[in-house]
Amino acid sequence: MTTPKIELSDLKKSFGQKTVLDGVDLTIGTGESVVIIGSSGAGKSVILKCILGLLSPDTGTISIDCADVTALYGKARERHTAKIGMLFQRAALFDSLKVWENVAFALRGRSGAPRKQARETALSKMAQVGLGPDVAELWPAELSGGMQKRVGLARAIATDPEIIFFDEPTTGLDPIMSDVINDLIVDTVRNLGATALSITHDMASARKIADRIAMLHDGRIIWDGPVAEIDNSGTEFVDQFIHGRAAGPIKMALRR
Amino acid sequence: MSFLAPVGRVLIRFLVATGRLVVFALTAVSHCLRPPLYGGLIGRQIIQIGYFSLPVVGLTAIFTGMVLALQSYTGFARFNAESAIAGVVVLSMTRELGPVLVGLMVAGRVGAAIAAEVGTMRVTEQIDALTTLSTNPYKYLIAPRLIAGVVTLPILVVVADVIGVFGGYLVSVYSLDFNAANYLKLTWGFLEPFDAISGIAKAAVFGFLVTLMGCYHGFHSRGGARGVGTAATNAVVSASILILASNYIITTAFFAA
Ligand SMILES: Nc1ncnc2c1ncn2[C@@H]1O[C@H](COP(=O)(O)OP(=O)(O)OP(=O)(O)O)[C@@H](O)[C@H]1O
Ligand SMILES: [Mg+2]
Repeated sequence: MTTPKIELSDLKKSFGQKTVLDGVDLTIGTGESVVIIGSSGAGKSVILKCILGLLSPDTGTISIDCADVTALYGKARERHTAKIGMLFQRAALFDSLKVWENVAFALRGRSGAPRKQARETALSKMAQVGLGPDVAELWPAELSGGMQKRVGLARAIATDPEIIFFDEPTTGLDPIMSDVINDLIVDTVRNLGATALSITHDMASARKIADRIAMLHDGRIIWDGPVAEIDNSGTEFVDQFIHGRAAGPIKMALRR
Repeated sequence: MSFLAPVGRVLIRFLVATGRLVVFALTAVSHCLRPPLYGGLIGRQIIQIGYFSLPVVGLTAIFTGMVLALQSYTGFARFNAESAIAGVVVLSMTRELGPVLVGLMVAGRVGAAIAAEVGTMRVTEQIDALTTLSTNPYKYLIAPRLIAGVVTLPILVVVADVIGVFGGYLVSVYSLDFNAANYLKLTWGFLEPFDAISGIAKAAVFGFLVTLMGCYHGFHSRGGARGVGTAATNAVVSASILILASNYIITTAFFAA
């Protein structure tokens, strides 16, 4: 196995009375693409936010490149989290900036690239997610949901980060564009050697982009294995999830 | 002893909120003092807070100056009316009404706008996105607004002072038939640099309070459109109260010693 890029151990997080993460252990190797699956509200996005330092876990450790970032503060922590590019579930574009300025944001900020050069890089990243230069001058509010998602994707990969988090990259996209984005994610991981951690409900996408799949249920990773073994996981939870059956051990909180 | 429990709970909640505000303010100020600063963003905020507030500040000031002259005429008509009116107008404008009224108007106009903008960025995860793009939200969002507030309010107050005195002059000369040159001479005679400076110092404090309240409530807003609405309301109310309270404290420090 390759050296671990990200290591989560015994991660716990509660909001008030509600326990969301209850001891998550997960290791992601360098250059590996891991997909987390799990029911809506299971805490998948919370895991990403804990790693990014946007939420602080109650207990447990998070290591990036073998350094425990939960023990670091300020600049020292930023040095590690700066390696991560993030696509937010709801895109989170800056609505006071034009589309291309959104994509170029980190280029301008981090490396202080001149405006013209940053714009060119932004346009080429936008082309990779299927957005033409005519979109560049629009405001985020003028885009459809799927287009916003793709701008968010372009912004996440703009600086060629070592680690990329994709929170539901294909939700809200048409099937063809979903496949384009899947290819793009595979490409980014293969060609740039990036490490990817994705969340998706789209099993076709998961099978395509993942080296490994981990299933989050009841605050823990209940199954974790290579993508080829997902159909023979031997776990009813996973079977129910990947086949999308209402009947099974996972109970949705419904009242009939 | 059970009646103590709710009292204690309120007290604890108050102390927690105060502590959180103080930490927020200190963090924000430390980012204002440390480079790098975003010059372009500061400029944009100065235009937003200063330039676009000019109409509302001008109207407030001119009517205040006019009504001051009118009111003091009814009160002082039996005495040395002309001199008294010029003095009342210029002293009340520069010392108290200029900074306080400008502060309150800007609190309503700018404090609410800042809280709504920053609050929307919070609930749509734009502030989280800033962090993931290696940009400190305090430096990028908060510091430019605080700096713009502290720089701009004194300028607005000087403008308000001038327009307010002009309003008093209009009423005195055209409605009360005083001698124009004499009125101006009296005004000038009453004007002490110390009065103007105390008003300007107040304005800087109020500018800080208004932008701080807007940023603080926006930054900590939660829960969608309603949360942002609450943040805007809280920003205006808390800024207004802090302006009136700190005005009393500063006046005590300047004039009662
Ligand atoms: N900031 C927060 N404050 C309080 N509760 C939160 C917060 N963020 C998340 N939660 C709670 O944590 C739980 C998990 O949320 P999360 O967004 O991680 O779900 P998810 O697995 O990403 O679901 P989905 O697939 O629908 O995106 C939810 O029940 C949510 O109510
Ligand atoms: Mg989610």
